[in-house]
Amino acid sequence: MKSLVFGLLACVAAPFAFTSPATDSLLEYYQRDSQVQASISEGKQLWFKSQFINGQERSCTTCHGLDLTLTGKHQRTMKLIEPMSLKVNNKRYMNEKKIEKWFKRNCKWAWGRECTSQEKSDILMFLLAE
Amino acid sequence: MRGFCSSSVFIISLLFISGSAGADEPETLWGWLIDFSRAKEVKPVSNLSYQEECGACHFAYPPGLLIEASWRQLLTEKALEDHFGENAELDSEMLNELRSYVFQRTADKSYSKRARKIAYASQGQSDLLRITDVPYIKRKHHEIPDELISGNDKVRLLSQCNTCHTKAEQGDFDDDSVWIPDYGIWNK
Repeated sequence: MKSLVFGLLACVAAPFAFTSPATDSLLEYYQRDSQVQASISEGKQLWFKSQFINGQERSCTTCHGLDLTLTGKHQRTMKLIEPMSLKVNNKRYMNEKKIEKWFKRNCKWAWGRECTSQEKSDILMFLLAE
Repeated sequence: MRGFCSSSVFIISLLFISGSAGADEPETLWGWLIDFSRAKEVKPVSNLSYQEECGACHFAYPPGLLIEASWRQLLTEKALEDHFGENAELDSEMLNELRSYVFQRTADKSYSKRARKIAYASQGQSDLLRITDVPYIKRKHHEIPDELISGNDKVRLLSQCNTCHTKAEQGDFDDDSVWIPDYGIWNK
């Protein structure tokens, strides 16, 4: 029932947002105990939020760049990172385990801690809508 | 005579089988003895998970570039949480797969000439963690001026093997296939 409500809400809130079975089930999982609906605008703020970690100002955009339709670059190894936007990269957001793995690693790198489920659902909603 | 012929055929066919079979199998002494190719270069990465997981952030270094003692220190859950300053955590299932792939193909378990040299140069150095700190590899890059590596925006680090080694993906680190960005072929 909750997923149905959520699904309908997502359709209304973000008519152009893409979802996959992986993101549907992850969003449901993140939202299971939450009273607050996932929000694209919250996600956007979190995506651009920067913090000082290990003497360096870091945010998601440090490696992913400011434009989600463009390639990012790993700030240490310079390895190119495929765009986050589904409009130009339809390989993203297909695998739950992969999404979780990168949330875990990258939240720790950028913010020095793991992200909460609420934060992850907001960010994921934002990314899917971009 | 007939027996001699058939046994020759048998041995020759064995050589062909051993030479071509199992490019992604760990190397063995027996395999090395009966395969006369005497590979010079390190074995390329042949495990898809290794390629995907490690290659997501950097060039997926062939296991033959470091000795087992080094790989064993790098590939633990704890070590990967701080992998040269980056978080490279893996779940234990994946980590186990990568560990068994890598540990069977380390420099000291390979018979390729380059891997033997790496293993020989790394002997007894239990704290060796970086491929760029392997004495043999350091020595091989010794003559290249700093401005072509650290001073070169398109290279920057010695760890970017595949930036200049155009056949690095195939495990080939011969200097004939080196092409340095904004410089060109490397002739000593």
